[in-house]
Amino acid sequence: MAETETTQPKVAVRRKLQAGPLSRGDKWFFRGISAAANFAFVLVGLILTFLLIQAWPVLQAQGFGFIFGSTWKAEDGAKVVMQLGPMLWGSILIAITGIVLATPMAISFAYLIVFLLPKRIAKIATTLIDLLAALPSVVIGLWGLYVFTPVALHWAAILNRSLGWFPLFHVKDPSRPLTDSPFLAGWIVAVMIVPIITSVTREIFSQLDQGLINGALALGGSRFSVLRRVIIPNSAPGILGGILLGLGRAIGETVAILYVLQLSFNINWYSILEPRGGAVASWILARFGEASPAEFKGLMAAGLVLFVITLIVNSLANLIVNRSKANR
Amino acid sequence: MSNLVTASTLSAENISVWFGERQVLEDVNLVFPGNKVTALIGPSGCGKSTFLRTLNRMHELIPGAGLAGSVLLDGNDIYGPDADVVDVRINVGMVFQKPNPFPTMSIRENILSGLKLSGRKIQNADELVETSLRRASIWNEVKDRLNDQALALSGGQQQRLCIARSLAMNPKVLLMDEPCSALDPGSTRRIEETIGELSESMTIVIVTHNMQQAQRVSDQTAFFLADENIPGGVVEFGRTEDVFNNPVDTRTNDYVNGHFG
Repeated sequence: MAETETTQPKVAVRRKLQAGPLSRGDKWFFRGISAAANFAFVLVGLILTFLLIQAWPVLQAQGFGFIFGSTWKAEDGAKVVMQLGPMLWGSILIAITGIVLATPMAISFAYLIVFLLPKRIAKIATTLIDLLAALPSVVIGLWGLYVFTPVALHWAAILNRSLGWFPLFHVKDPSRPLTDSPFLAGWIVAVMIVPIITSVTREIFSQLDQGLINGALALGGSRFSVLRRVIIPNSAPGILGGILLGLGRAIGETVAILYVLQLSFNINWYSILEPRGGAVASWILARFGEASPAEFKGLMAAGLVLFVITLIVNSLANLIVNRSKANR
Repeated sequence: MSNLVTASTLSAENISVWFGERQVLEDVNLVFPGNKVTALIGPSGCGKSTFLRTLNRMHELIPGAGLAGSVLLDGNDIYGPDADVVDVRINVGMVFQKPNPFPTMSIRENILSGLKLSGRKIQNADELVETSLRRASIWNEVKDRLNDQALALSGGQQQRLCIARSLAMNPKVLLMDEPCSALDPGSTRRIEETIGELSESMTIVIVTHNMQQAQRVSDQTAFFLADENIPGGVVEFGRTEDVFNNPVDTRTNDYVNGHFG
């Protein structure tokens, strides 16, 4: 009987292989690491829960009007109407303006640093631009208000004079100074997001296959035509990811915008030189100090909307950046 | 050989090359007559690829690059004050070691990319695409998928696409920097055949590590050699048969017989 057993074919059991901790110390290391990682998830979850609890009654009472309407009446006694539309659109308008201004600057910086400047100077330039990202936004806001506004006002006036017929640069009353506009806020935001877009673009540029660039130059390409037809098309997904990362920051920007923008619920769809606009985060900051308990909840709801938007934008950005890295 | 077109003569006179302070080539004198294929051979680091890049002004893209001497294309110095770099690179095309088709462009766009990059007008685009691909012997393989991405092609096909891309600029001289070193034997053979056909209408300079290849494709051969602290230079230059079968210098003899390098 024993012999028949041995003649049966052996079936190897399939095991799942996993790289685990290599020592007792490793075990604690693994626990520490996963605790830290989980902590980040838990923290985001807790913030989201807190905002949801605070915001839910408001969202329920206001319905879709909270996002699309444009009235904000939260004084005591009267019927409370809280509709965020103009602030929400204002955030987007400013972010787009900022990105349109920042992207060419960032691509130029990245190109200079990777392809033109000598290594030593490129390093210094990189440090300086990264330093710009570390500046507190209050500082940029104050600089924007006192130093930059007069300059940008000049540009705004030129734009309005020469392209005022175009709705984007149209102003109802050109005799008034063009202060407090989404254009100014857009510039401030641009200054703040240039470092992010530059650093992502720089990374993507430096990973480019030098063979492609040499090939293009050997075919008689100029510096500019090679940038336009080879470097940018081959880095486009990465640059787009950098732009979205910048967008995430632009939409959430608060203090700096408050200095240079007049917040108004009279919605401004596209006249970027018009002295009124909106920004969700700045609105929260502006109202926070004097808000009634009811309005406080409304501001929390505004915070929730902002949180969700930035979460989506950032996730999308990371997805795109990672994918374009993986493709190399 | 009935359709032979008299091609340009390229000549390098007293070429010395530096990377920063380090001299890598000294006093190279070579003449590349029209319709001839010249092979540049020698061990790694002897400066043959660097020399090749001085022939279409690609060397100057390296920071700290230095050069002495002159390169004449039909008698005109390509480094002269009146020479236009873009014109030089159009007249002297280049094919690289690693196939480098532009990944974001289709096969057709790759062929036309040189004209776009150099800001030249495109006339009879379809005809130009077909002729260029035919001259690089890849037309039959890609004629039904000209709008496909270039990266969909095999390595050998990509390299022939790159040859076709250079040919679309109608260069007088074609420089090839180890064009087959990343390819399989079949693709290598086809490119060697293409080189033979192309020499009927242009001048070709090819850097190769492959002795057999040099013997198969070239009419004349230059043997480069460098030593520690001694910049590279040409040890021997002559008809390919002579360099391989009857070398004058013992170092050439040792190298072509595989004793070093």
